[in-house]
Amino acid sequence: MTTTVRVPGTTASFTSHPWVRFAVRRLARLVGSVLILISAAFLMIHLIPGDPVRSALGPAATKSLIDARRESLGLDDPLWQQYLHFLQHLFTGDLGTSITTGLPVSDVIRDRLPATVQLAVAAFLVAVLIALPVGLAMGVLTRAGRRPRTELSFTSTTVILAAIPEFLLAVGLVYFFAVKLHWLPVAGRGNMSSYVLPVISLAVGPAAVLARICRVELLAVLQTDYLRTARAKRLPAAAIYLRHALPNAVTATITLGGLLLGGMVAGTVLVENVFGWPGLGSTIVSSILAKDYPLVQGVVLVYGVGVLLVNLVVDVTLALLDPRSTIRES
Amino acid sequence: MRARWIAVLRTPVGAGAGVLLFAVLLLALLAPLLWSHQASAIDTEHLLEGSSAKHWLGTDNLGRDIFYRVLVASRTSILLALVATLIAVVMGLALGCAPVLLGRRAGRLTTAVVNIAVAFPGLLLALFFAVVFGVGAKGAVLAIGFAGAPSFARLTQTLVAGVAERDFVAAARIAGVGRFRMLLRHILPNIAEPLVVNATIGAGGALLAFAGLSFLGLGVQPPVYDWGRLMGESLNGIYVHPAAALAPGVAVVIAGLAFNLFGEAVAKGFGVPAMIGPRLRERSAETMPAATDDDEAVLVVKDLYVSFPGPITPVRGISFTIGKGEIVGVVGESGSGKSLTALAVAQLIEPPGQVRAAELSFLGAPLLGRLAVRSTAAARRRLLGTSFAMVFQDPMTSFNPTKRIGTQLAEGAREHQGLNRRQAMARAIDRLRAVRVPAAGRRARQYPHEFSGGMRQRAMIGMGLMGAPALIVADEPTTALDVTVQRQVLRLLETIRTEDDVAILLISHDITVVAQVCDRVLVMYAGRIVEDLPASELATGARHPYTRALLAAVPDLDTPLEEPLAVIAGRPVDPAAMPSGCAFAARCEFAEDRCRSEDPSLVSHGPDHQVACWNPQGTAAWQARYLGSESIRTGQL
Amino acid sequence: MSELRFDGVAVRFGTGGRALTAVDGVDLTIPSGQVVGLVGESGSGKSTLARAAVGLTEPSSGQILLDGVPLRYRAGERRPLQMVFQDPYSSLDPRMTVGDSIAEAVPRSAHLLGVGRRRGAGREDAGREGIGRQVVDRRREVGRLLELVGLDAERALAYPGALSGGQRQRVAIARALAGQPDVLIADEITSALDVSIQGTVLNLVRSLQRELRLSMLFISHNLAVVRYVSDIIAVMYLGRIVEVGPAQQLLNDPQHPYTKELLAAAPRRGTTSLQPPDPTVADAEPADPHHPPVGCRFHPRCPIGPLVRTDREHCLTIDPTAEADRRLHRTACHHAAGAPQTAMAPHTRRTFP
Ligand SMILES: Nc1ncnc2c1ncn2[C@@H]1O[C@H](COP(=O)(O)OP(=O)(O)OP(=O)(O)O)[C@@H](O)[C@H]1O
Ligand code: SF4
Ligand code: SF4
Ligand SMILES: [Mg+2]
Repeated sequence: MTTTVRVPGTTASFTSHPWVRFAVRRLARLVGSVLILISAAFLMIHLIPGDPVRSALGPAATKSLIDARRESLGLDDPLWQQYLHFLQHLFTGDLGTSITTGLPVSDVIRDRLPATVQLAVAAFLVAVLIALPVGLAMGVLTRAGRRPRTELSFTSTTVILAAIPEFLLAVGLVYFFAVKLHWLPVAGRGNMSSYVLPVISLAVGPAAVLARICRVELLAVLQTDYLRTARAKRLPAAAIYLRHALPNAVTATITLGGLLLGGMVAGTVLVENVFGWPGLGSTIVSSILAKDYPLVQGVVLVYGVGVLLVNLVVDVTLALLDPRSTIRES
Repeated sequence: MRARWIAVLRTPVGAGAGVLLFAVLLLALLAPLLWSHQASAIDTEHLLEGSSAKHWLGTDNLGRDIFYRVLVASRTSILLALVATLIAVVMGLALGCAPVLLGRRAGRLTTAVVNIAVAFPGLLLALFFAVVFGVGAKGAVLAIGFAGAPSFARLTQTLVAGVAERDFVAAARIAGVGRFRMLLRHILPNIAEPLVVNATIGAGGALLAFAGLSFLGLGVQPPVYDWGRLMGESLNGIYVHPAAALAPGVAVVIAGLAFNLFGEAVAKGFGVPAMIGPRLRERSAETMPAATDDDEAVLVVKDLYVSFPGPITPVRGISFTIGKGEIVGVVGESGSGKSLTALAVAQLIEPPGQVRAAELSFLGAPLLGRLAVRSTAAARRRLLGTSFAMVFQDPMTSFNPTKRIGTQLAEGAREHQGLNRRQAMARAIDRLRAVRVPAAGRRARQYPHEFSGGMRQRAMIGMGLMGAPALIVADEPTTALDVTVQRQVLRLLETIRTEDDVAILLISHDITVVAQVCDRVLVMYAGRIVEDLPASELATGARHPYTRALLAAVPDLDTPLEEPLAVIAGRPVDPAAMPSGCAFAARCEFAEDRCRSEDPSLVSHGPDHQVACWNPQGTAAWQARYLGSESIRTGQL
Repeated sequence: MSELRFDGVAVRFGTGGRALTAVDGVDLTIPSGQVVGLVGESGSGKSTLARAAVGLTEPSSGQILLDGVPLRYRAGERRPLQMVFQDPYSSLDPRMTVGDSIAEAVPRSAHLLGVGRRRGAGREDAGREGIGRQVVDRRREVGRLLELVGLDAERALAYPGALSGGQRQRVAIARALAGQPDVLIADEITSALDVSIQGTVLNLVRSLQRELRLSMLFISHNLAVVRYVSDIIAVMYLGRIVEVGPAQQLLNDPQHPYTKELLAAAPRRGTTSLQPPDPTVADAEPADPHHPPVGCRFHPRCPIGPLVRTDREHCLTIDPTAEADRRLHRTACHHAAGAPQTAMAPHTRRTFP
């Protein structure tokens, strides 16, 4: 028989610490994702059929103007050189120049980013604050097949709300609250009241989805063996739900909440267009239509990084909440 | 298969969604054939008008009828959405199945790429691809298809991985089945349902996404129009002419809902069986005066029934008493109602399950029925919380994974014994020590996953010892453990019984375990106790044919090797189709006519021995018959 | 039937701090036409060894030899080893009839024959006849196998959902036999079954083995079950074989303290109390497979080891596996008896070269 020689204690203690390993793994993934994102944004311009400069400047542009623009954008260099330049500029915070306005893309983004972030964060908070309590309460009320009628109406309401696209909801809300009732402004970003409609239109769909998920998660937790153990301890109902069920249901909900927040970041595109909101969402659409590709590129990058950051926050939160996460991560 | 589809369409949601979806698809098919003309007719006399008898929803800036335009737009909207979904599904399937076909390394790469791509929201991807593919219908279809692919790939991967780790795939590999055949014959058929369901829901999503792109002006371009473009164009006129903007929106929502609802209904019908059955009448238990003359009795159960909607009654009239410091074992096949009995006794059956009993009292206090109402719920909870302990089968899942072991032990004591945090923790550590968990102080601060199975089971018993238990109900406490660990846990239970005079109800499917540690054994079959006898008599004095067959069927270290093992022919009874006579009759070789018509009840056969059988065995004549019988020995299923 | 030999087989999972050696240098021979029973606690590596044998996991080192020839697996080829799995509810494809599942495992050679004849004849109907005969042959083969395991041939048309656990396990055995295996591997095939059904499957295994002279590796955590079907018993602990010997000998005269512990814990008719082992190690925890103890792997739990007897400190440092061949039953324990000088039965000698 073979004898395996085993040297005890050879593993380095620092790198084997679960948190260090978690951080290293997570950062590696983030860097990988960002690189893919950057490459995709770079390639985007080169994948477009035809000459992006010509299509941006329109048929009236002279050849010398187009050549000059191509020159200044470095579009005639070999691809890998362009990629290196692109990376170099990115690191110095230079995202290029908008073709249509001639302004630096980074200025445009700095100008417009806050409006979008405010909108997304406000909508996220509203959605979570509504969805979590509602979903959990529905879970408790309809556990083990109780109140089938409540369950049916809850499910159908949330399905319907989740199926209404945010831009349509926005249009409807504008019609009723702004056009008909004159309670709230139709469009634009100003005082608090101008936030109400955009935030609602952005929050309703995700809130409905989140509430359903919450309920399902809670029902799943209520089925677990450890909840039966808690009942066998004869704890009062409040302790069972708040101390045992809630933390476990929320852990699972956060993952999906993160996805929803990511989705909301994208949802701003539509809502901003309805409300003429001066954010990145209306910028990206107008720049796509104007074929202002450097600007599109910059905004896509910002959106992408935003989504990746949200995912990072979710993962770290989960790791903090779940004592097993660092061990089980695979 | 077909039956399940029919069942889905029978539910109100399923039927509604099915009809809606059919109507939407029909409209998409027929509308352009019937109303193209009306939709494109320019009426210069009625530009941008509101609704009228002639134009129900008014007209647009060229005087075209909006109602007809919305109807006709259905085909473009739905067709494009379906094509985009098709692209997403096909690409997703290809990416998701790649790990099966390409082997491990290439598979891992696609998985990593999909995992990164899926982190980005679909709309963002769609915008990206819309730029790449160009603005217009073709670009938008490709963009939405590509954008939907990652999530389908992820879904496929998850489903494939779930099927691939099942043993039949391993068995097929061993049988020499190639990769393609594996995918086609074994994997795809087993993931088809969830894929179809999600594709349907995905089509709803694609419809909305398409409307979004067209609304932004990035989708369908004039002169073609879909619902999104109709909406986008009338947005500016919303002051004067809201219907023009809202009508196509409503159409989008209805069509999207049709897809979503139908998908959900199918998912529900295929995944979880509908819980809504004929509800049992809420019946308050008929309770007789609880005149227990036996002071020594810890638990008295008389005529206990547990039933569920269906209606099925898996526990049918069980009576037993457990005395102080007694270890009573319950054995029986799976499905015989052992665990339900334990849960019912512990008051842990959740609705819609229902518990009925002539008497159910613990330490003299009634737990059920009118008499129980008199003692307050709080007092009852406290009594159970301190004196009644439960140990469950699976130590891996019976602790809350997010809380420290010590906290979970201390919790009950803080609640019922009024200890403060520190006292309760000290007691928890003391109890962990009592169940011989090494380094109890440190262990109390650990989480369940840091404990081994046997240690967790001991901690669970320690949890029961936090108060001053009079009864421990242990439901298969050692089934999930190894034999050597099983012995440790059983010995611990024995020690507790001897030292603290605690009664134990030990449930097990393993008759040898029960025979080893119990004073008395209850044999259950089909929700009844068929025999109640002292454990010492089990090996030689069992009288019920089922008990005897059970004993003969389990090999132990002394089983003679020359003969085949005894077997019990047939299958356990289905609780939904309980026969009228003796439930064991179909499998019993001693069954007589009477057995099939009359149900035997539990009658005394000597002191401490009860049997429910018309034809109890155990005589010398029985021995001869039993051992000579072919059917029991080699009986086929 | 053939002889299967594990030669220094090790299987490792994972890397770095989470690496785990599930099977560690296993030498074991399954002599032709005999049943080797493998017992051990959960996580000791029994299933991993079985999966390595049939090519579902790759051994990290060592060789698995069939009649002296190393096994080599390629996807899509018939394998000379077939396996029956623990859970009959997951080992049959719910979307395939029982007959199709079995037919799939019938070797392709019959099929190739049909194709060859069609090409050679070059005539349409001759080819059709070839295929037709092959279909008939397969169907007949499936029927024969079903009857062999005690099911009606008509059951071929049933889906697994319509069968009971015991019936499914019979089908799984029929499927394994369809592959015309040289060696059959049965991994805990009765532990998912109810006691009342377990007996029928064990009876079937025994009668098939006698009839077909199968070489077989029979894995179970239940010593009584292993005893009932095996000619030779091997005991596994933390990835290693700690004792192996002819069934009766090993049970009557166990050498390794772990084997003795297993025997003591196994239920015996008539015993009504649990004998307490030495209190020092009575409540010892099973070792963590990620960090197996050095020296003798059993020492933290050993009732005759260093924790109980102070003069046995060498158990803490010296691995008893190395010298196992010199001891009775090839026991991996410093304090087992030496190898007997008496002659063994021929088949057992082949097991212990
Ligand atoms: N794919 C895998 N990746 C990592 N570890 C694994 C894998 N498969 C098995 N193991 C580990 O290898 C060890 C041996 O596993 P194996 O399934 O062979 O044990 P076993 O003796 O058959 O147990 P049981 O009686 O519970 O079936 C266990 O610790 C197990 O967790
Ligand atoms: S009553 Fe009849 S059928 Fe039932 S166990 Fe007794 S002999 Fe068998
Ligand atoms: S080598 Fe030592 S520790 Fe290991 S089993 Fe033998 S006596 Fe026990
Ligand atoms: Mg196993």
